[in-house]
Amino acid sequence: MIEIKDIKKKFGDYLVLKGVSATFESGKCNLIIGKSGSGKTVTLKCMVGLLEPDEGYILFDGRNITEMAFTERKEVRKEIGMLFQGTALFDSLTVEENVRFPLDMFTTKTLAEKIERVNVCLGRVNLENTNKKFPGDLSGGMKKRVGIARAIVMNPKYLFCDEPNSGLDPKTSIVIDQLIQEITQEFNMTTVINTHDMNSVMGIGDKVVFLHQGLKYWEGTNKEIMKITEGELFDFIFASDFLKDLRRRAQY
Amino acid sequence: MIKIFETFGEYLTLLFRAASRPEKPIMYWKETFRQAHDIGIGSLPNIAIVSTFIGAVSAVQFAYQFRTMNLVPMWWIGSIVRKGMILELAPTISALLLAGKVGSNIASELGTMRISEQIDAYEIMGVNTPAYLIGPKIAAAIFVVPMLVVIAVFLGIMGGWGAGIMANFYTTAEYFRGVTDAFNSYDVFIMLVKAVLFGFIISSVSCYKGYTVHGGAVEIGKSATQAVVYSSIIIVIVNFIVAFILL
Ligand SMILES: Nc1ncnc2c1ncn2[C@@H]1O[C@H](COP(=O)(O)OP(=O)(O)OP(=O)(O)O)[C@@H](O)[C@H]1O
Ligand SMILES: [Mg+2]
Repeated sequence: MIEIKDIKKKFGDYLVLKGVSATFESGKCNLIIGKSGSGKTVTLKCMVGLLEPDEGYILFDGRNITEMAFTERKEVRKEIGMLFQGTALFDSLTVEENVRFPLDMFTTKTLAEKIERVNVCLGRVNLENTNKKFPGDLSGGMKKRVGIARAIVMNPKYLFCDEPNSGLDPKTSIVIDQLIQEITQEFNMTTVINTHDMNSVMGIGDKVVFLHQGLKYWEGTNKEIMKITEGELFDFIFASDFLKDLRRRAQY
Repeated sequence: MIKIFETFGEYLTLLFRAASRPEKPIMYWKETFRQAHDIGIGSLPNIAIVSTFIGAVSAVQFAYQFRTMNLVPMWWIGSIVRKGMILELAPTISALLLAGKVGSNIASELGTMRISEQIDAYEIMGVNTPAYLIGPKIAAAIFVVPMLVVIAVFLGIMGGWGAGIMANFYTTAEYFRGVTDAFNSYDVFIMLVKAVLFGFIISSVSCYKGYTVHGGAVEIGKSATQAVVYSSIIIVIVNFIVAFILL
């Protein structure tokens, strides 16, 4: 479980996060949704320590990482996997080397053991026989899957995904979403996902946090979202008049 | 003016972080060798061509002047080409060439990694990114640039020989008498000092420029250009300072 408490983050004079608190539960896909520019990425980067919040704190199963020194924090980081919005695969390394990198850097396993682990992870995301390819030769959906394999290779307790299905077609998006959900349940990870894809919200939103104007505006499950009939969240979910209309008709 | 000090402070902080102890030395060695290979092999053809012709043109220039004066023996040219190459031409010209090629490569590589969040991905894994991404590049440059400069000296001297023979200025024996005459190892020492300093300047300035990029593709291009311009300027200034202090 991850708790964030009263996170504030400023860039220059612009207060992006004005005190966000939320809990993210283990074994579940926790979604952060919100309009473009609402601060989803900033929230995620604060949580993983790529950005320092100006105020507030972040607890990883009770461990406050905002107060930790670099070396302590490094231990927590080894329990974190992250899938980046643009996948951030190392483009000078092959798929296998990408997934193997954390093992090379932080473990004393033999090469055979490492390759075995890499193949398990690549198999888990349904990517066999791509080991020797370079990221540049893969499709968007395949890159995302390599990104997931790399994120889970160290058996993380926490998985962060920044817009895992941006740039993917609806079908591939669902495949990626389901993959993330399965992995989350299988390894009982605490998974936090940024998205503005309503399919994801309905499909895997065990827990949903809605950010609006730098504040947490709403928190609940995907089932509860369906009951909403007005306000900012309603406008966000049913962005077009067409959808709003459909939603209202469905009620009667 | 304050901006310059800020930038310099940021640059020093980054270098300081790059100098921290590696968590897994073997990975750093591998990366250093990879970088050394890229810098060395990648730049060798350029440096070979340029230094050969610089040596040749020096010989031709001096021969032309000596002939009109008719005061000094032509075999001196070997000595002059050697001294010129070792003290000035090989280190400086190689460094400027390398600043153009290696500097822009490093800056755009790191800049791309920054923009595409690859640096963040390393950070998330717990990698000390300045140490892993910058340390090996600087180490490789400090190691490889002196080797390239030595090759440049050798090829420059051969270029001077080739040009002189073609133009019938001197015989092979005369030229190499000049090349070996009054050889001074202090000159070689100065050459190596320069080469190490230039390697450090090129790699550290371009790493700083690339690592700290913000924005997008346009900024990567800008930072690569700035890496080349700044390292070239610093090279010619440091070149002067070294000559001033050590000569
Ligand atoms: N490093 C930064 N420096 C200055 N401003 C920033 C920085 N990072 C983010 N911001 C600003 O913070 C705000 C929130 O950005 P963020 O990237 O978190 O949005 P987002 O919700 O992830 O949007 P999107 O859905 O488009 O990815 C934006 O207005 C952005 O301009
Ligand atoms: Mg974002």
